[in-house]
Amino acid sequence: MALGGGARTWLLGLVPLALIAGAIGAFAALGGPGLGERRGVPAEELVVERTTLTPGIIELAIRNDGPDAVAVAQVVVNDALAQFSGAEGAIGRLGSATVRVSHPWIEGDAYEVALLTSTGGTVVHEIAAAVESPAHDLGFLGLMALLGLYVGVIPVALGMLWLPWIRRIPPRWLRTIMALTVGLLAFLAIDATLEGLELAGAGAQAFGGAALVFVGAAVAYALLSGIGAWLADRQRAAASAGATKGTLATLMAVGIGLHNLGEGVAIGSAYSVGALALGTFLVVGFAIHNTTEGLAIVAPVADERPTARRLAALGLIAGAPAVVGAWIGAAAFDTSVAAFLFGFGAGAIAQVVVQLAPSLRDGRGRTLHPMSVMGLLAGMAVMFATGLLVSV
Amino acid sequence: MSPLTRRKLLAGAVPAAAAGAAALHAVVPHTHPWDDGGEAHAAEGAHAGHDMSAGAGAGGGHADFRDGRTVDHAANGFDPHAILRDFDWGRTTRLPNGRTLREWELYAVDKEIEIAPGIAFAAWTYNGRIPGPTLRAREGDRLRIAFVNGSAHPHTIHFHGIHPSEMDGVPGQGAGQIAPGGRTVYEFDALPAGLHLYHCHVRPLAEHIAKGLYGAFVVDPRDGRPEADELVMVMNGFDTNFDRANELYAANTIPFAYMNEPIRVRRGEPIRLHLVNVLEYDLVNSFHLHGNLFDWWPTGTGSAPSEYTDTVMLCQGQRGILEWTFPHAGRFMFHAHQSEFTELGWQGFFEVA
Repeated sequence: MALGGGARTWLLGLVPLALIAGAIGAFAALGGPGLGERRGVPAEELVVERTTLTPGIIELAIRNDGPDAVAVAQVVVNDALAQFSGAEGAIGRLGSATVRVSHPWIEGDAYEVALLTSTGGTVVHEIAAAVESPAHDLGFLGLMALLGLYVGVIPVALGMLWLPWIRRIPPRWLRTIMALTVGLLAFLAIDATLEGLELAGAGAQAFGGAALVFVGAAVAYALLSGIGAWLADRQRAAASAGATKGTLATLMAVGIGLHNLGEGVAIGSAYSVGALALGTFLVVGFAIHNTTEGLAIVAPVADERPTARRLAALGLIAGAPAVVGAWIGAAAFDTSVAAFLFGFGAGAIAQVVVQLAPSLRDGRGRTLHPMSVMGLLAGMAVMFATGLLVSV
Repeated sequence: MSPLTRRKLLAGAVPAAAAGAAALHAVVPHTHPWDDGGEAHAAEGAHAGHDMSAGAGAGGGHADFRDGRTVDHAANGFDPHAILRDFDWGRTTRLPNGRTLREWELYAVDKEIEIAPGIAFAAWTYNGRIPGPTLRAREGDRLRIAFVNGSAHPHTIHFHGIHPSEMDGVPGQGAGQIAPGGRTVYEFDALPAGLHLYHCHVRPLAEHIAKGLYGAFVVDPRDGRPEADELVMVMNGFDTNFDRANELYAANTIPFAYMNEPIRVRRGEPIRLHLVNVLEYDLVNSFHLHGNLFDWWPTGTGSAPSEYTDTVMLCQGQRGILEWTFPHAGRFMFHAHQSEFTELGWQGFFEVA
């Protein structure tokens, strides 16, 4: 029987895989000849991923971040042994458990919760200031939605109102505005990356830690590039020459939307651990800060006549993820997921920046001409300055 | 939970945003533990009897191990309740000159013990128990203590009391430190009458003591002491994570051992407690008795008690004899009057019947 050339090629490709599988099987069956027992004492690494405080109860969601199983034997709160439930058996590698500690905590006080493991090791978790965790009921989800609207949807929508103005300005000024948006986005990308790295450092390292941020960025960049190319193909097939601008605006909205998803996660989780004072100051700060994102969305479509519906859709794509992010952050915060999302947002923005770059070119084909550089720097300055409103 | 620093959302914003925050404060659903009747009671309930959903109400409102569990005394090979009244008078013979000779054999052995429910501690012990045997003699007796080192590390036995320098059980004098597998005999007179202790004196000292190499050494006056229900407590602690601070505290090693199972004593019967502090890493330790006061005889050497009190403070190596009688039946606590030590295990009950 003669195999076809194609099938034979595929079989050849499978040979090394089959050999590897066989070797691994033999190695495992023989118990790893020559390697002997693992040396050293068990490495116990537990990470507290989430703290929930309800009256009289401190609940910790913990994950085993090390290579060996860890058993929580006793719990000590502020130098006193405490009653608790959960984590009855040993927690395996990457396994998780919830420890419910009975302690009459007082609002505003600091607590140190030490998990005593079966080997006598301690995993210490600090609660800087105890505050009751919000219940995840409908009212809370509504509040998070409202917060997402305030910091995401409304500012972006307001920023898009610059559209009539940028339509009327001369092309070289429009290029400067485009450069301004590139500056804004570059700042956001850097900010999101640093934020993601900081989060990654605090979470379970076994899931990749800081690598998650870069993986997230690469995935977002590749996905958006692929989607962009696919959309461009379709539109070219439809033979509408000017449609790539519309694609760019969509990609821009998606990129900013992914960024706002991460921002929403940060806000929601900060609120749920009591690290966030909801106030008009914060909302006003975010409104000014994120309004510039609206400008970035409409700049590429300045010389088109997009319908109100299309503009609304772009605004929602860019702003609404803040609502979803706030829900995720408040209800199911996980540092590894959040770090990935921040990286994802940064990658999306980087992809948008690359897409935007050609529109900065002047008559002589230069991207970094005096006007665009001015715009770039102004954009970064605006983001820095408005960022101060919502930082210290 | 990481400190969320996305644009440092809160910390700095709070003072400047106070007015705005206050405005939203009113509409944001939230509760303070103290401003809602139901919630507040839940918190108080947890304080008084623990929330039943987070472990059974063990400890009766006192600090205790998870669900009031205790260690496997049989597997450990010793029980704090047995140690309490276990005085080892040694093998007794009469010397030609009429004096009493008491002989013991102590051996050092490395042993893993369950120091708290579910927590293993790699201990160094005398005779497989912590504290080591409570050696008891009469003033003037001749004492011969054979020491065999079955541990993987060099050790000695250093006795407090009056003896020649070569019997001091320190490196460089007499037999010096005894290597693993080595043997020596410490021989001296039981002097003076009082309550003493013994412990290993090999460097690093803190480690050799904290891992469990110590015990009480009682020398009765020639004429003895009045009849009493006699107890011994060696106050100790355990550094389970090697940070040179104790994670657990106790009298006679096992935290809360006398909480779950109180020490039974009789109303109206004199009690004599031999109390020794060997606690490493903390500067002082203390003993406090509820519902009563006791006569305090520092080091057990005086002819009269130095104080009538309910709390005494001891540094490492300090010890003394406490005497009292319970006039009332019921349960009376005793514990270190350092709340941290108390709630990390050093507390118990007398059950007076």
